[in-house]
Amino acid sequence: MIRERYLNALTLALFVAIPFWAITADEPFTITLMTRAVVFAIAAVGLNIALGLGGLVSLGHAVFFGLGGYAMGILAYHAQNYTALTEWPFLIEGTKSMPVIWLAAIVVSSLAALVIGILSLRTAGVYFIMITLAFGQMFFFFAISWAEYGGEDGLSIYVRNGFPGLNTLDPIQFYGLCLGLLCLVLLFAWRLSGSPFGLALNAARQVPVRVETAGLDPVRLKLVAFVLSGAITGLAGALFADLNRFVSPTMFSWQTSGEIMIFIILGGVGRLFGPVVGALVFVALEHWLGGLSDFWHIYLGLLLLVIVLFGRGGLIGMLCGREAVHD
Amino acid sequence: MSLILLIEQVLNGLQFGIMLFLMAAGLTLIFGVMGLINLAHGSLYMIGAFCAAAVAAATGSFLLGLIGALAGAAIAGALVELVVIRRLYTKDHLDQVLATFALILIFSEGTRWIFGSFPLFLNVPEFLSGPVTLPGGIEYPLYRLTLIAVGLAVAIGLWLLISRTRLGVQIRAGENDREMIAALGIDIARLYTIVFALGAALAGLAGALVGAIQSVQVGMGEPVLILAFVVIVIGGIGSIKGALVGAILVGLTDTLGGIFLPEFLKLFLDPSTATSIGSSLASMAIYILMAAVLILRPAGLFGARA
Repeated sequence: MIRERYLNALTLALFVAIPFWAITADEPFTITLMTRAVVFAIAAVGLNIALGLGGLVSLGHAVFFGLGGYAMGILAYHAQNYTALTEWPFLIEGTKSMPVIWLAAIVVSSLAALVIGILSLRTAGVYFIMITLAFGQMFFFFAISWAEYGGEDGLSIYVRNGFPGLNTLDPIQFYGLCLGLLCLVLLFAWRLSGSPFGLALNAARQVPVRVETAGLDPVRLKLVAFVLSGAITGLAGALFADLNRFVSPTMFSWQTSGEIMIFIILGGVGRLFGPVVGALVFVALEHWLGGLSDFWHIYLGLLLLVIVLFGRGGLIGMLCGREAVHD
Repeated sequence: MSLILLIEQVLNGLQFGIMLFLMAAGLTLIFGVMGLINLAHGSLYMIGAFCAAAVAAATGSFLLGLIGALAGAAIAGALVELVVIRRLYTKDHLDQVLATFALILIFSEGTRWIFGSFPLFLNVPEFLSGPVTLPGGIEYPLYRLTLIAVGLAVAIGLWLLISRTRLGVQIRAGENDREMIAALGIDIARLYTIVFALGAALAGLAGALVGAIQSVQVGMGEPVLILAFVVIVIGGIGSIKGALVGAILVGLTDTLGGIFLPEFLKLFLDPSTATSIGSSLASMAIYILMAAVLILRPAGLFGARA
């Protein structure tokens, strides 16, 4: 059994080493694949705060992923057409600046998470799964019928947005930017799980009655977790849109929600690096199996079944043993 | 906006709702008895449609196709229950969601592998095609009327099965206390397989019946699956009556919303804005309905437990 922290360090080392190898071997596509893995990892770290820490099985996190994507798409679309987003009540113009777009993505997805969370947390268990799924579909159909921003076809952004001091069109620089954000998000999730809030949330997942007896409101704790989780997934959505320079309603689809959840399960629920390992393995499988067969989803499905039925704790659980080390 | 159009749309909504009921009944039964969320229910719908199309193409008979759909979906359901699903009853909802999501991937890609990516076609049989004139001079497709009748007959049959037969007693007892009925000497594993196969057969029937008015293709099950989830959440999970009421509500809301919301908004807005806002509102209408029901009654309209 490997100590979990060594595995985490090894994972991070891989995220640094593989792109370096890609540069020397002149394989730019590998860098794009790794960027995809990093962005998926950020989305899944977000969901893991709600799912692993708060026990909220949300099958609607595509809402936040999509909102982040559309925040980027809409702002950049107006910037490239030199039109204003709105002139009333005050002038809002489009922008091609990543920090502003990220901020917008985080604000919009937290607000959505707040509203969806308040409504959904009235229910629990299987009803929670279904109502989050339904909110996801609501946004999906809205995006499809929103003709102003491309409707079913989505929006293309011709040039990747800029970040001060960096050339984001260079794959490795954009990758570094995303990896930096992933590290920040991981640091945040790690600090959060050890904080008084994180401990209270953990308790609210396990025995809500005791938490209530101790004078804390479990629903409020879960709501805060849901909002934080939505905000991080929203940020990932903006990065994903920038990676592809394209947004479409697919980002809102329930398959997207399912995939973000798969990253966590592949890696290990509630583990700090679970989503990261899961996203890396998923992207690798997608690329490798996708090259072997057009029907690679069959193999993905079989693998997922085996992990759910026999391998509790995901890959990290298999490698490091059942006990999650919260150090 | 005439009365005839209104009646036609109500019938369309009813037909859509009744087909949703066939899906939702199996889903809610499986959840009520076994406590299992089955995302792969949409795949069983798809399997039903493909079996019907394949059998009908080979034999030329729509009725044989329907029998093929019932049998194919029931066999697939029983197999899946025996191999995978029965390991999930004791696991939490997260594992159930993921394992059945994995089943969707396997079934969808497997079907694409066997039948290819192109849609198949299943024709409405000769004796059910063409319109029929209803009282009041309304022309309405006979096939759609038949769908409503078949769905209602299934609803009555299910009600009789659950309230009047020995199997029904066992199903109801299984919903309440599975250990107790196991102690009374009922083979609970067999009961679960039967319930799952029954739910699968209903989904397969719905797939075959709808397959004749839409195309039969991979991925046809998932949109219907999500609507069926909305139905059982509105009706209350585990309640067949709730599934019927929820299904008709969802069917009518979806169909009537698509037609009347844009018209209604035209009273206040200019036509092009009204059409675009109306159609986007209409596509979200059932989800808004579901959110509203859950906020007012978190356990659904007829739900016993949350």
